[in-house]
Amino acid sequence: MSRIKNKFQDLRSKKQKALITYIMTGFPSEKDTLSAVRGFVKGGADIIELGMPFSDPLADGPVIQNAGFQALQKGMNFSKFLALVKKIRKETDIPLVLMTYTNILYSHGYEKFISTVKRAGIDGLILPDMSINESKDFLLAAKKNKTDVIFLISPNTSSERIKKISSASSGFLYLVSVFGTTGGQQQFQNYTVQAIKNAKKILHGKIPLGVGFGVSNPDQARFIIKSGADAIIVGSAFLRLMESTPSEKIEQKIGQFTTSLKKATITE
Amino acid sequence: MKLGYPKNGKFGEFGGRYIPETLVPAVEELEEAYLKYKDDVDFKKELRYYLTQYAGRPTPLYLAENLTKFAGGAKIYLKREDLLHGGAHKINNTLGQGLLAKRMKKKRIIAETGAGQHGVATAMACSALGMNGEVYMGYKDTQRQKLNVFRMNLLGSKVHPVKEGTQTLKDAINEAIRDWITNVKTTYYLLGSAVGPHPYPVMVRDFQSVIGEEILVQMKKLEKKSPDSVVACVGGGSNAIGTFYPLIDEDTKMFGVEAGGEGIKSGHHSATLVGGSKGVLHGMLTYLLQDSEGQISETHSVSAGLDYPGVGPEHSYLKDAKRVKYDAVNDKEAVDAFLLLSRHEGIIPALESAHAIAYAIKIAKNMPKSESIVVTLSGRGDKDVEEVGRYLSKNVKNKK
Repeated sequence: MSRIKNKFQDLRSKKQKALITYIMTGFPSEKDTLSAVRGFVKGGADIIELGMPFSDPLADGPVIQNAGFQALQKGMNFSKFLALVKKIRKETDIPLVLMTYTNILYSHGYEKFISTVKRAGIDGLILPDMSINESKDFLLAAKKNKTDVIFLISPNTSSERIKKISSASSGFLYLVSVFGTTGGQQQFQNYTVQAIKNAKKILHGKIPLGVGFGVSNPDQARFIIKSGADAIIVGSAFLRLMESTPSEKIEQKIGQFTTSLKKATITE
Repeated sequence: MKLGYPKNGKFGEFGGRYIPETLVPAVEELEEAYLKYKDDVDFKKELRYYLTQYAGRPTPLYLAENLTKFAGGAKIYLKREDLLHGGAHKINNTLGQGLLAKRMKKKRIIAETGAGQHGVATAMACSALGMNGEVYMGYKDTQRQKLNVFRMNLLGSKVHPVKEGTQTLKDAINEAIRDWITNVKTTYYLLGSAVGPHPYPVMVRDFQSVIGEEILVQMKKLEKKSPDSVVACVGGGSNAIGTFYPLIDEDTKMFGVEAGGEGIKSGHHSATLVGGSKGVLHGMLTYLLQDSEGQISETHSVSAGLDYPGVGPEHSYLKDAKRVKYDAVNDKEAVDAFLLLSRHEGIIPALESAHAIAYAIKIAKNMPKSESIVVTLSGRGDKDVEEVGRYLSKNVKNKK
């Protein structure tokens, strides 16, 4: 069984929901990424998403855009990413999900890329610009390498399409909570709650539902969990914290913030 | 070889829809509307009316005798898209999509622009059709094409300078897509080139095909046959695909001219089909300029309108099918052609179109006088006089 599936099963038995935390690798440095990951683990995160920077991240808001841009400027690349994943794997068994854009995989070749990251310790993949309609080769390569594929759905995705997308997904399904890019900080509107309820009804417990884009504090996390989500995904808020924290304090600060979010996922 | 309307949005392996899920309902709604109206009698009549009465179609096919003499070979005809309202072929597409957006009851229009020609054409269409336009433009481009920024403002559209990334066309497209994701219910994204997710490449091609259709009719009248060769510049490739598509089944050689910048070997260029590799950007699978890890490269061209690391997917298909030959012309050759056409014909071409002129002169020399070349003069060069001035003074300094 995959690390991700295992994790959700374990949480279910503990009556907990999942906290998924995101970090852009190489921002502001590889060393700081490692500190942040240690903070995540100590703070009680359940799954970690590792962003690999792409020059044209069209689903991302300013915070992740800027983090990716700076990481690239400082020379973040595929081999450094792999080295980082291997280092993390030596320290923890936490499920690791890679988030990047389709072209990064396409340019290496789906099969070659996925088999390489899988060997390094990646458990799942998220590509915000990969549509299921274009995913045949990508899915084949992921399946062959026993890597989970986490597709995204949106509040305007039709029920018919949610069925199709969820049956192609493994690990969990990612619901984009709002109309917009990552990192928005507005209050959630009713349509988000509706979208969560609708998706849950369609999924029928077959696959966990993670909700992200704009979840930035414990109150919002609690609200999303209360609406029915199986997992909350927090990214930009961590990057904002990284921006304002000196290197030597990153592990501690990230750890504290992680703990405050994790509490929101413990329902009993 | 003519692909017509590709049902799954694929030109061979190219094209498709690589987009965030939020946009899927939007492109499906767009496709549905386009299929409903593209052959609708009233829609076609209204578009024809605006193209004729507002934009100034048909455009002349002008025999450039002085240029022909200068080149000393085949006859060179110029398809005068520069004479259209706004000064470029872009209005063919913005009127078409504008009328479609109106039927879709979208009040807010967003667009991206490189040199500013598509932005101006969008602003004009919005103004004429009673809609609100907002245009994303790379900050670097707003600086080198100030005149067009001023024109867009005059025409009532808001210009958003984009300071992310390389601050050029590709970043303007990223930002327009982000806006679209955020305001997907109310907003129509009026893409300016034959790029992006399906159905944009096919829709923009169809709206621009009026260029090639007129060329065919005009050449049959003037030369009693279809042209022996056609030449058009390729950035995203909308004027080129509009020129080529109606002629694909004719016995016509076709040449797409990309921006060679400071030379292909220098790495500072925008010649995607000549020097690129396959990849995924802006919703499509196509040739791209990228590094070995899939990061999109910074491009360069003296002409802002060609400064783009991708290209329309149908061009990628036509390249691999070997139906069109794609080649590059560098900055210096383009500026020389800009000066040459101005002096010999009294026509100041857009720097984009000057690439096609430069290439046409090269091939005309090796063709018999009995043959003819049609060059699509996609736009006029008023917007470029400052840029050419800067280029010339820089290069004179370099020579000293």
